[in-house]
Amino acid sequence: MPPTMTATEALVEELQDRPVVNDVVINVATVNGSGSQSANFILLRALFSMGIPVSGKNLFPSNIEGLPTWFTIRANEDGWLAQRARTDVVIAMNARTVAEDVAQVHPGGILIINEALKAHATRDDILTYVVPYGEIVKQVCEDTRLRKKIVNVIYTGVVARLLGIEMDAIDAAIDHQFGGKPKAIKMNRDAAQAGYDWAGENLEAQNRYRVQRSNKTDGKMIIEGNEATAIGMLFGGVTVAAWYPITPSSSVCEYLTGYMEKYRHDAETGKATYAIVQAEDEIASIGMVLGAGWAGARAFTATSGPGISLMSEMTGLSYFAEIPAVIVDVQRMGPSTGLPTRTCQGDIAKTYQLSHGDCKHVLLIPGNVGECYEFAMEALELAEQLQTMIFLMSDLDLGMNKWMADPFNPPSKPIGRGKVLDAKDLERLGGFQRYGDVDGDGIGYRTLPGTPNNKAAYFTRGTGHNAKAEYTEKAADWKTNMDRLSHKFETARKLVPASIVHETDAATVGVLAYGSSDDAVQEARHILQERHGVKTDYIRVRALPYPADVRAFIERHPVVYVVDQNRDAQMATILRGELFDLSGKIRSIRHYDGMPLDADTVVQQLLHQESR
Amino acid sequence: MTEAVLDKPKGQNRIGLLLSDYKGAESTLCAGCGHDAITSSIIKACHELGIEPTGVAKLSGIGCSSKTPNYFLNQAHGINAVHGRMSAIATGSSLANRTLTNIGVSGDGDTASIGLGNFLHMVRRNIRMTYIVENNGCYGLTKGQFSATADKGSLKKGGKEINQNEPVDICALAIQMGCRFVARSFSGDTNQVRNLIKAAMNHNGTAVLDIVSPCVTFNNHEGSTKSVTYARLHEDPLHEVDFIPHFDPITVNYDAGTYTKVEMHDGSLITLKKLAHDYDPSDMDRAMALLHEAAGNGHFYTGLIYCRPDSVPFGEQKNIVDVPLATLPESVTRPSRAVFNQLMASFK
Repeated sequence: MPPTMTATEALVEELQDRPVVNDVVINVATVNGSGSQSANFILLRALFSMGIPVSGKNLFPSNIEGLPTWFTIRANEDGWLAQRARTDVVIAMNARTVAEDVAQVHPGGILIINEALKAHATRDDILTYVVPYGEIVKQVCEDTRLRKKIVNVIYTGVVARLLGIEMDAIDAAIDHQFGGKPKAIKMNRDAAQAGYDWAGENLEAQNRYRVQRSNKTDGKMIIEGNEATAIGMLFGGVTVAAWYPITPSSSVCEYLTGYMEKYRHDAETGKATYAIVQAEDEIASIGMVLGAGWAGARAFTATSGPGISLMSEMTGLSYFAEIPAVIVDVQRMGPSTGLPTRTCQGDIAKTYQLSHGDCKHVLLIPGNVGECYEFAMEALELAEQLQTMIFLMSDLDLGMNKWMADPFNPPSKPIGRGKVLDAKDLERLGGFQRYGDVDGDGIGYRTLPGTPNNKAAYFTRGTGHNAKAEYTEKAADWKTNMDRLSHKFETARKLVPASIVHETDAATVGVLAYGSSDDAVQEARHILQERHGVKTDYIRVRALPYPADVRAFIERHPVVYVVDQNRDAQMATILRGELFDLSGKIRSIRHYDGMPLDADTVVQQLLHQESR
Repeated sequence: MTEAVLDKPKGQNRIGLLLSDYKGAESTLCAGCGHDAITSSIIKACHELGIEPTGVAKLSGIGCSSKTPNYFLNQAHGINAVHGRMSAIATGSSLANRTLTNIGVSGDGDTASIGLGNFLHMVRRNIRMTYIVENNGCYGLTKGQFSATADKGSLKKGGKEINQNEPVDICALAIQMGCRFVARSFSGDTNQVRNLIKAAMNHNGTAVLDIVSPCVTFNNHEGSTKSVTYARLHEDPLHEVDFIPHFDPITVNYDAGTYTKVEMHDGSLITLKKLAHDYDPSDMDRAMALLHEAAGNGHFYTGLIYCRPDSVPFGEQKNIVDVPLATLPESVTRPSRAVFNQLMASFK
């Protein structure tokens, strides 16, 4: 070690000799509303087009403009794309958060900091690059108003130069981002190139983190969960959607609106084969969905926790009057003013038993964007098949972040409309019992308003009714109906998607998780085995009521860790309650700080409990 | 009356149905309830119009009034929404199937208290529906509490409580929200109610009928402005309402000096025979002034308060296909494999 070097400088020097290739977490710290999102998507897509698996997570404030926002890109050759606690590269653009942003760079990592903030660049255990964005932007953009937007694109060029991202990939990503707008494409390409050139001339090359072309993204695509859900609704044949804006669910219906406008108009008349209504509140949204479902349309709404609260009463009507309906719940933290832009799985227990009296509902829980698409279709299908409310339990992480995925499978089965009798059926049958259990599955036959047969009508009500849908307050009638609804729920258990089970030889520890936890849990299992010698089996539950494979999995393992992204271990509690004979085996791993789940959290909590 | 109708056996309407074909289950409301009179008026109106009962959707919320759809048109599908939310349910069902004839019955608590917000937004959207409020100024099923339409100074049964709050004027609000068919009536004025319902059912949008319908059990005492006696003594019809459906020939010469005529979008005619007032229901300012005046002095005007037949219902605003969305085949509701492939390619 030369005598002028500090220990940490020596560490940095030493790390330069061991480059980490295609494994980097980049965190961009900017100001909300400054147009940084485009720049971040360009970086993400450039890495993707170089064949390196990537994910992009946007940590944004509940604010339109001015508050801090972070965008985390994880690029990983092996496809580990969950949230990771360690940050390798920080791009510091925000004066308000610069101190904490500088502090989060992992020792030996890289800080790329705006010259205006360089007073904060005081760490000697990291590589620091100071970039005069203000000067560079003047050279590429004469319009002072546009400079604010363009300035962020400059850092894509700087990062490209430092990490080895190919400029062709950056250019292609810019073309994708600004598709069809030649002026914007040129301006952004110029800005990125300016950053690249400036870095080449002025910054010392580093060899700590490198990226290089790979082939791990061949055939893959990048999409957000909410857009995937909208595509599922489109191909699920939805005809009525009603919604009220709420973060993080709004984009489900906004994406859907775009697709329906494009693909769902009658070729001859130009008329819409759908209706989407932005309602006045969530009560109206779900009311419209129930009205449409009652009249026979495939209908859904999308919302988040506070909206679910308002939809509670209508959910009870759907359950007791047996009206098909679908609610997409893109879960987020807390009440209306809680942390609306942070993720969690906090609505599981609530939605499972939402509303009054004895209620229990079917929840489909997608674990990736492909399942957002598939389960959106399946939710519409099951709602009509089971004549009840179906919840699609997404979350902010899954719904609003960028995920790499295989292309979705085209719809594999025809649309089924459930047990609906038309006028001809009624002529043949001479009548029907709306709430009778003819087939032994707890599901009655229904007719739609407007069916031209004088035996078709029945009166739909939440109040007591007998098999013929007649008003009744008789104890025996009420109980009979409740028992049939319970039986119908057992039918649902057989119809919901099976769990995904990964078993390893000789593993004794079981892990049970659901939803967006999947990536982090898979990575945690890898770490547990590779670094700690702990083999695990894994079951990913995709629905409530949980199918029979859940009991079987827990029975096979002496201990099962249930991973919940909520404080109160909601899934673990449901399982302990319903599988009470196995409850002693069920342990809990919980994560509830609003950030997406990371593998380390799972590893640490599991090892800690194993060591006791 | 046309020849064809005259040829029908006695009691049959233009589609061959008897009045009894429009009946429902037996009412469970209190004897003498104003709501039952309105139910009878609905039955007669539908019979006279020759409405196909299976093509009707009966909508309601929760409350005494909302029980009544069970008491008419047994051959029509009906639904009790949750309290105050008939408007949302009706919006959804009317979008799902634009061919349905929608008759909604709600109450003053259902519409003007718990459901006021959703009601106003439904009116703004102008869904095609006859929206009847059976307005008695109180909650019957929960034993007589004031509702939001109770007039200020009204006395509660028992004489111990006076309503201190300003009443919600359903008609004024409906007009303000853009409703183009607004009427007020009294359940005991069965001719007027029946004709207004017939006209409302031919309106191409939301038609709001605010019908004072006394609660004989909880709000029929002195000091109530919604009692039978008060309504009978104070009712002041703006005109004598008659309705001539488009399928009937016009046989009377409606002199402009004695009659105001409103021609509806389907060619039907509302005729308003002048009484003591010279009232033009197409004048929104006049309508609002009338309601304002009535609210100020406790005047109970009845009749067609505001009507503009040039109305664009929600389904047309949304440019939805004419056939029911509910039963569109998969070939229409699921885009092709080519579209699917194209979409997937766009994310690569």
